[in-house]
Amino acid sequence: VIRRAVGFFDQRTGAGSALGKTLRYVFPDHWTFLFGEIALYSFLILVATGIYLTLFFEPSSTQIVYHGSYAPLQGAEMSKAYASALNLSFEVPAGLLIRQVHHWTALVFIAAIVLHLMRIFFTGAYRKPRDLNYYVGLTMLILAVVEGYAGYSLLDDLLSGMGLAIGNAVALSVPGIGGQLGTLIWGGRFPGSGAFFSRLYIAHVLIFPVLIGSLMALHMALIAIPKHTQFRGRGRTEANVIGTPLWPGYALRSLGLFFCTAAVLFALGGLIQINPIWQWGPYQPYLGTNGAQPDWYLGWLIGALRLMPHFDVVIDSYTLIPNPFWGGVLFPGIVFGFLYAWPALERRLEGDHAQHNLLDRPRDNPRRTAIGAALFAWVATIFFAGAADRAFVQLGVPYEGQLWGYRAASFLVPIAAYFLTRHICERLREGEGHPGRRSSAVSLTRNREGGFDELPEAED
Amino acid sequence: MRILVVPLRWAWRFVVAAILLLFSRRHREGGHAPEGRVERELPASPRAERAVAGLLWAAGLAGLGFVFLYALDDADTQLLGVAIALALGLIGAALIIVASRVLPQERAEEQRPEFAIPTSGGGEHSREAEAERAGLTVREGLDGVSRRRLLGGAGVAAGVGLGAAALAPLASLGPRVGKLLEESPWQAGTALVEENGLAVRATELEVGSFLTAFAAGADKRDLAAAVIVLRVEESELELPPDRQDWAPQGLLAFSKICTHAQCAVSIFRYPLFPERSPGPALVCPCHYSTFDVLTGGNRVFGPAVRPLPQLPLRIDAGRLVAAGDLSGPVGASWGGVREES
Repeated sequence: VIRRAVGFFDQRTGAGSALGKTLRYVFPDHWTFLFGEIALYSFLILVATGIYLTLFFEPSSTQIVYHGSYAPLQGAEMSKAYASALNLSFEVPAGLLIRQVHHWTALVFIAAIVLHLMRIFFTGAYRKPRDLNYYVGLTMLILAVVEGYAGYSLLDDLLSGMGLAIGNAVALSVPGIGGQLGTLIWGGRFPGSGAFFSRLYIAHVLIFPVLIGSLMALHMALIAIPKHTQFRGRGRTEANVIGTPLWPGYALRSLGLFFCTAAVLFALGGLIQINPIWQWGPYQPYLGTNGAQPDWYLGWLIGALRLMPHFDVVIDSYTLIPNPFWGGVLFPGIVFGFLYAWPALERRLEGDHAQHNLLDRPRDNPRRTAIGAALFAWVATIFFAGAADRAFVQLGVPYEGQLWGYRAASFLVPIAAYFLTRHICERLREGEGHPGRRSSAVSLTRNREGGFDELPEAED
Repeated sequence: MRILVVPLRWAWRFVVAAILLLFSRRHREGGHAPEGRVERELPASPRAERAVAGLLWAAGLAGLGFVFLYALDDADTQLLGVAIALALGLIGAALIIVASRVLPQERAEEQRPEFAIPTSGGGEHSREAEAERAGLTVREGLDGVSRRRLLGGAGVAAGVGLGAAALAPLASLGPRVGKLLEESPWQAGTALVEENGLAVRATELEVGSFLTAFAAGADKRDLAAAVIVLRVEESELELPPDRQDWAPQGLLAFSKICTHAQCAVSIFRYPLFPERSPGPALVCPCHYSTFDVLTGGNRVFGPAVRPLPQLPLRIDAGRLVAAGDLSGPVGASWGGVREES
């Protein structure tokens, strides 16, 4: 059967030999390589659960009065979008399960991308010839964050509405064009015209998923062309790749990972409540609630908005840079700008224009690892600053004091992280034989009596 | 029962197919010689295969369990989640066992392609030479074209024109910003009403309490329509000279929308013990911008820069009425927010 199927396609496309090569494509084994796969599989689960959700969700800001089965909101004024999300959660069998799985998967998707990015950064996998693919990956991360934001904003519950209010303020803060930009995207002044939800919806269910999916295809093509990177090891060189071939070993193992990822996500969606929108209530621009937190991947931005001291750049009476620009645009701009610029920057710093297929361990390049650790520590500090209000409510630490602490920490922690990481890497390197330096191993040889003799160390 | 039979048959076929697939692999060893060095080991044992079959059977049962739970009235989200997660997890476990304990374990080597490296210098057939030839092919395609600059310039002109035409309709997405962001439904005489449309009476508010009110006749979702009304001791007020008569009986009204990022300012912090606590203030729950109500909405903490716009009030037969427009534009800042309108 298999031979006939392959023959059928080979006679029509000549793809037989390509198929044979693909089946023997070699995957080097290392557990850190799985983050990217988890991201890919999360995306597939997002598409599958998302399609199911579109069959029930109504993206409309038209205000209606609720008469569904959730008693506490009986008679409340709300948008059709929010009402249909409530319906999906309470009336549709398994609707809540799928909605929660979709939300959990979005969180895991972006977490997996970030871990994957860290793996790529700290092992130097982004170096030529893979810098191109690294840019594709970074772009997907940005798209995924925007996609996630659009997704939870669609529900039009109180939290998502507050998120959109902030998003509109950030759009208005773009120097020069902000006022018009916000008015165009929202179709008028916030909360916007009826068209806004159609736009948000089509962006979430079509435009961004198609962009992410296309870039994902490109991403994998750009992995396969120069083939996978690998760590140093027995028989591994810049010119080869050693590991498990796609068929039979890797395909089934990876498919197993897909099913396990899906199992964890469905267990999370079934057992652990996420975004109980009925508790937040419907959004109206004049309503707000304390303790509002976004999904985790926007925590760094809310932290930046909160930490930024209160100043606008005003020239005469023209407000060139309103405050939300600093945390909402400039900060992520710096972080991503640095990440985009890094491969070229490192090539210039190190004068290294060679092709690299072997990975560094983080300690092999202390400067790169220290810079990455500093960047990560900076973003993480600001991320935690975004949760300062929760620490206030739950631990009673005064908010204003925390804010000043975090402001100082956002300068000190990255510097400390840089020097600490660099020191650790250098100490690790001292303590062992580095592949690039003389080996500290002892060579043995069998002697005639059946015992071992030590060979004299080779001179360099 | 018909409803149950179809997925059952489907699940059965799946299990049979999965098992057939597993067993069919066993008898095909060394069928083809893969390129490169390969280390190969055949670990398949009846025990591992039985385990896999057992896991797949259990997965099929868990899948049917999901269908059964789903068919019940009032399907329980937790049980549904556990059932489907079990089905997926058992298949995952089976596949991982297949991959590591049943199928041939191989360690193969593949050669990488080489890309053009500028420093290599290479010969006639090097990658670099091939890349060079590709560039040459492009240039040869333009042989005999004499006025390249003219044609190139005209092409750019066409592109710019068409690009502009393609982008121009984006302007239809929204109205021109103009004075739109400064619009306000408030003017002298506009009554304050509550969410249910009833007039706000001065007697409703005690010192230290607050409520949300709207401009009578305005859309409640209009950003500028909502105000927060509160009462403080009249003697505490420190309003600027031109606002002395804006707060009759200590009643103050401010825009409900934070001037930082447009969340609703929904926390009124009123000191329970004035000697030790900071003064009465309005707090936005999004980024904790804090506005001093006694001095007319000036920022005292947080990232907001502009003060919260204040609405001048007067009392008309016991009801609250605006004595004029808000003291400034409502909502987040944009380029023209500080320009005189």
